[in-house]
Amino acid sequence: MASNKKYWKSVEELGESSAVVDTLRQNEFVEEIPTDEFLGDKETLESSSTSRRDFLKYVGFTTAAASLAACEGPVVKTIPYVIKPEEIIPGVADYYATTIADGFDFANILVKVRDGRPIKIEPNKEVGGSTNARVQASVLSLYDSKRLQAPTANGEKISWSAADTAIVAKLNECKEANLPIVFLSGSCASPSTKRLIEQFKEKYGDVRHVIYDSVSETGALDAFEEMYGKRALPEYNLEKASVIVAVGADFLGDWQAGGFEIGYAKGRIPTDGKMSHHAQFESNMTLSGANADNRTRIRPSQEGLVLVKLYQALIGGVATLEESPLNTAILKAATKLKEAGSKGVVLAGANDKNAQLVALAINKAIGSTVINPAVTKNVRLGNDAEVAQLIADMNAGKIGAVLTYNGNAAYTLPNAQEFVAGLKKVKLSVAFTSADDETASVVQYALAAPHYLEAWGDVMISTGTYSLMQPTIQPLFDTRQYQDSLLKWMGDDQSFYDYLKESWSSNVLGGASWNQALHDGVFKMPATDVTVAALNVDIDAALTTLGKQSNSGEYELKLYSKTGMGDGQMANNPWLQELPDPISRASWDNYLTMSKADAENLGVKNWHVSNGALNGSKIEITVNGISEVLPVIIQPGQAVGSVGFAFGYGRKNGLKTDMQTGVNAFPFYKGYDTTQTDVSLKLVEGEHEFACVQLQNTLMGRGDILKETTLDTFNDHSLDPKHTWNKVPMVTLNHNEVEATTVDLWTKFDRSIGHHFNLSIDLNACTGCGACVIACHAENNVAVVGKAEIRMSRDMHWLRIDRYYSSEDTFVGDNEFKDNIDGLLGRTGAVQGFKKLEDPSDNPEVVFQPVMCQHCNHAPCETVCPVAATSHGRQGQNQMAYNRCVGTRYCANNCPYKVRRFNWFQYPENKEFDFNMNDDYGRMVLNPDVVVRSRGVMEKCSMCIQMTQATILHAKKEGREVRKDEFQTACSNACSSGAMIFGDINNKEDKVAALKDDRRSYHLLEHVGTQPNVVYQVKVTNKA
Amino acid sequence: MSHYEAPIREPLIIGNKSYHDITLDVARPVEGKANKLWWATFLVALAAFLWGLGSIFYTIGTGIGVWGLNKTVGWAWDITNFVWWVGIGHAGTLISAVLLLFRQKWRMGINRSAEAMTIFAVVQAGLFPIIHMGRAWNAHFVLPLPNQFGSLWTNFNSPLLWDVFAISTYLSVSLVFWWTGLLPDFAMLRDRAVKPFQKKIYGLLSFGWTGRAKDWQRFEEVSLVLAGLATPLVLSVHTIVSFDFATSVIPGWHTTIFPPYFVAGAVFSGFAMVNTLLIIMRKVVSLEAYITIQHIELMNIVIMVTGSIVGCAYITELFIAWYSGVEYEQYAFLNRATGPYWWAYLFMMSCNVFSPQLMWFKRLRTSFMFSFFIALVVNVGMWFERFVIIVTSLHRDYLPSSWTMFSPTFVDIGIYVGTIGFFFVLFLLYARTFPVIAQAEIKSILKSSGDQYKKLRAGNHE
Repeated sequence: MASNKKYWKSVEELGESSAVVDTLRQNEFVEEIPTDEFLGDKETLESSSTSRRDFLKYVGFTTAAASLAACEGPVVKTIPYVIKPEEIIPGVADYYATTIADGFDFANILVKVRDGRPIKIEPNKEVGGSTNARVQASVLSLYDSKRLQAPTANGEKISWSAADTAIVAKLNECKEANLPIVFLSGSCASPSTKRLIEQFKEKYGDVRHVIYDSVSETGALDAFEEMYGKRALPEYNLEKASVIVAVGADFLGDWQAGGFEIGYAKGRIPTDGKMSHHAQFESNMTLSGANADNRTRIRPSQEGLVLVKLYQALIGGVATLEESPLNTAILKAATKLKEAGSKGVVLAGANDKNAQLVALAINKAIGSTVINPAVTKNVRLGNDAEVAQLIADMNAGKIGAVLTYNGNAAYTLPNAQEFVAGLKKVKLSVAFTSADDETASVVQYALAAPHYLEAWGDVMISTGTYSLMQPTIQPLFDTRQYQDSLLKWMGDDQSFYDYLKESWSSNVLGGASWNQALHDGVFKMPATDVTVAALNVDIDAALTTLGKQSNSGEYELKLYSKTGMGDGQMANNPWLQELPDPISRASWDNYLTMSKADAENLGVKNWHVSNGALNGSKIEITVNGISEVLPVIIQPGQAVGSVGFAFGYGRKNGLKTDMQTGVNAFPFYKGYDTTQTDVSLKLVEGEHEFACVQLQNTLMGRGDILKETTLDTFNDHSLDPKHTWNKVPMVTLNHNEVEATTVDLWTKFDRSIGHHFNLSIDLNACTGCGACVIACHAENNVAVVGKAEIRMSRDMHWLRIDRYYSSEDTFVGDNEFKDNIDGLLGRTGAVQGFKKLEDPSDNPEVVFQPVMCQHCNHAPCETVCPVAATSHGRQGQNQMAYNRCVGTRYCANNCPYKVRRFNWFQYPENKEFDFNMNDDYGRMVLNPDVVVRSRGVMEKCSMCIQMTQATILHAKKEGREVRKDEFQTACSNACSSGAMIFGDINNKEDKVAALKDDRRSYHLLEHVGTQPNVVYQVKVTNKA
Repeated sequence: MSHYEAPIREPLIIGNKSYHDITLDVARPVEGKANKLWWATFLVALAAFLWGLGSIFYTIGTGIGVWGLNKTVGWAWDITNFVWWVGIGHAGTLISAVLLLFRQKWRMGINRSAEAMTIFAVVQAGLFPIIHMGRAWNAHFVLPLPNQFGSLWTNFNSPLLWDVFAISTYLSVSLVFWWTGLLPDFAMLRDRAVKPFQKKIYGLLSFGWTGRAKDWQRFEEVSLVLAGLATPLVLSVHTIVSFDFATSVIPGWHTTIFPPYFVAGAVFSGFAMVNTLLIIMRKVVSLEAYITIQHIELMNIVIMVTGSIVGCAYITELFIAWYSGVEYEQYAFLNRATGPYWWAYLFMMSCNVFSPQLMWFKRLRTSFMFSFFIALVVNVGMWFERFVIIVTSLHRDYLPSSWTMFSPTFVDIGIYVGTIGFFFVLFLLYARTFPVIAQAEIKSILKSSGDQYKKLRAGNHE
């Protein structure tokens, strides 16, 4: 309420008109303001440094500052769960069991999920799962930003309902016109999907399911069917084998979908003085050939002949073979097989029914227990004849609709052009695909399918073993899995999840718990004691046909699939592109592999440019009238007269520019035969730049890096390994010869308390498959650097698998050659001698040696860092403090193992390195437990300290001690062959504790005195 | 002041120079105007410097990846340049300190410029340890600074840390020593200066030198003390630089011979660089009277002797590699001489071992042209020596799987050329603004070693 009170300020105000009051009323300020003093004096004004403009500036600034300060900064909120799911704890990983079945790779896996994001694939070891490099890398393909993100019709985005209406209409049209509807898929091992397709048949009448494999095993399937009455692939348990003879079968690669390395490696580790003998006959140098004891080079077309001769030598017929190196090798193999009896096995690689029949016949004749026809695998089911018929029918206009899934037919079919032409003639073409691939670009409707980590499903990899596939993340894109689409089109409202569950409870589980099966990932049917008897098949015809085969042209082509790229469906996966081929160690490419002799004849060269990078000549290859220009790598061990060429490259659709590497080999895959005989080669102008991570291929006779011995020597217990086959370097101390490892400048440190981690690497078990390399990439956020940087020798792999060729026939021969070098000049001198050791032999012995940071207890890197950024951990690790690192690279120079990797550039979020770390989706795969390194710091293997720490914390929280063999690293976890064993040597129960003191154990470069915590096991060979 | 010198000794100052003549000769370049040649050279050097500066900024802004290094060869041109410049920086201190202690009067004509060269070379050298870091902005981590992280401290085991101390000590002692010697000469310039600005500047630079007897006495004392301090540095700096390699485990680096071998090499390359500069400078700024063929000859003898020491070291390395019986060691040296970098080894051998041997011939070592040529050759050879040690040892070390090669990029080259440019920018500016000859010292030997006085005395004897 306003007040009318008046306050008097002075008595003067009492008077009516006081002069004082008047003055005060007129003038606010009693005393005159001395404005003249400021402004009147022109000189002062001009010399003043504050101008009117300055004044305004100050006012402006203050206002702006004041108003800015008053504003609230943007608040980025993380939204908590309203109702928190019980199992999701931020920062704690969950593991879900699921299954990959993409038509090429099949595996039972565990998916590590952090805060709702799958970030890592691990083998589901509880059910005997194993992973290869591609399966390990498949998690990154989930976050592929080039995936098909929504359904499209002729390239235009379309809604699901519109697509459904249109497709159902067309399907009905086909039904009415009585035109067949064909599903064209990769090997489909899903029982519920098969059931669904059966039901689809009921609805739409003439529905066919044609299965094709990008790399076909039809020959093996047909042969098995003829002999055992079932179209499937038998299981081989190579652990039981004492003699393995493989003819063109790269069973450690992708032969019959792979996965044989587990059993193989178990049989290769000498236990109780025994290990298997492995003889390989092949033309390309494959992983299997590289691991073999005896490797014989044959031309691809000779595979049949070798099998025939082997059959004859074993089962009679022809008693003697004429003298030739090949026949000697065959006889040796035959002798070994005879000795082995039922523990021998013959594996044939050719996609040819006759060859496969002969192999099965041999196995049957020797009574092989390695092959188990009762347990069959569904991983390759393709039928070449049906596919050929389908394409013919399509072009003849006899097909109504083609629906493809689990395959990229427009790319992988040898006659893809005919297929694409045929697609134009069908009423409806649909591709269910998660990739925006070649097939998606030529069909009418490309329906975005989820990645397998977003989908439900089931797989029966082998008889009696049912695996489940479950989503581990909400679908990233507007996708729908094809089974859901089929259900919809059948007018069925239920989701595939319900269908699957129902299907399992009625057909599979037999009352067992669905939740348990989902938890385990696998449901095993009770084993039935079925013995499958082989039918009596007359193989004389097969023998005659095979025996007749003769070399046709001067050159033959052997197609193969690479460890990294497989059939090329994950071509947009930078991890796989950068994974060096285990044999050639080239990444980002495919190429023609050629023997040295052929290269010389054709004038083909490989050479190193000034920074060491490998360049090669180019060749025009013409096979059955199709030509391509390809770079050539001169491949030791390649059979003379043959060239090798890998599938999976040369893709363009849905690939980032950097990923569009290599040349497509599928057009050469005529008749689904990996052997092509009508080949001509011509040198052409130009040179190709390879990205090869290993530029020196031989071991230079350095036998202490890779120790090797024979089984006989190993079994001779009278020998002291330390002075014979596992020599410890000796030095003289006070005029006495002592072991170099006992001489030490350093103060002792008691490592017997707490954990002390060691990693054992068994050179006998390591097949070189590269799964560990990808696992390390995924676990440790290792950057992909791209082809140009790899060429600069700047790969970032924390873990690499060195591959060495012998320069003589064997590594032992190399050592002898080196020891016989005498003097400096001349034929036996050091200059020429070591030059010769640089060149691999024509058919060398091959070894794989995984090398990562050796975590030296006396680490040379630690002493030289000026800022102490790398130092030793209490548990044996050599650690890197990235924040402290200033990047002098002194540590890397002083590392005898050259395992340290420098961040030459800013790799993450840099458009120059447009790989997964420069991509909002791709970055989702990063492991939040491992820091992403910035430019200018050194990095290297940490022995997965985030994993060992988690294990310790986990045990502590549960109030128990860490269990036996509970410690794992990403590499040891991914290693299905058991070559890498990790653990705590202070826990005497851990496997690694015993392995460290094994007779076979040695340290890399022991004489340097670094005392590493990584221990290698001497390679033992069992040559015949 | 001047003592008697045998007439048989060659005069160190030729021509009829009086004290005032010396003053004029030394002051001339400072007081006069630069000629076109100076400007041309300066602009070329400046352009090179700017190129180098651009390359450095590009490196720091983008990453060390713009160089040609790789996972196996972690150092190449960067540390080669570093060691090369540090080596060059050895001559100055040797000439001014060691020769002072040994009372070698002939040093007086050249010590000023030799020391200037030292400081400028060490400035170039000091750049490399900083810019070769992946994160140069954290370079202060190598200093043992107190911090809030408790025990976070530098690693005193690391030779790189020793480098930090060695180089900074060397730079500061050299700078103080140089400046002390400059004081009377700056005072001379100050006293002659006519423009107030120049007078002011030279006044500041001369630290208020008055030329009193007390000034001279202190000057002499400080010079001697600093010479005593600097002498061990001549040996220590390159010894410590050699530890970068010698304490490592890499065959070809891990060598006990490195400290003396590196010091000899450093003196060798430093003297060659002094020769290179002085032979040009005596002409350009007309100092023929003070830098005589006798100076050059004496320098050449030092080059010959140190070159021979270096040659012995090379051969000893080869011998020890063979004698050790260690296959990695043997291969490292075999590869050095006959591997893919054989041409670098050949450059090193011919430039450093064979070419200085020509100095046995008096005709050759008393020829300015030939001396200049050999000085250049030695500079090239010593660069290759460091390149050979660093790159050929690394590129093929223990595990053959990691073997690779090194090839420089334009940035590597840019930075190297840039430091040469920077060096010459500094040196050319120095030649126009500093008394390039220690005139105060030279005056002290005018009567004992000056040409006309010698003749005078010779006349008296007749």
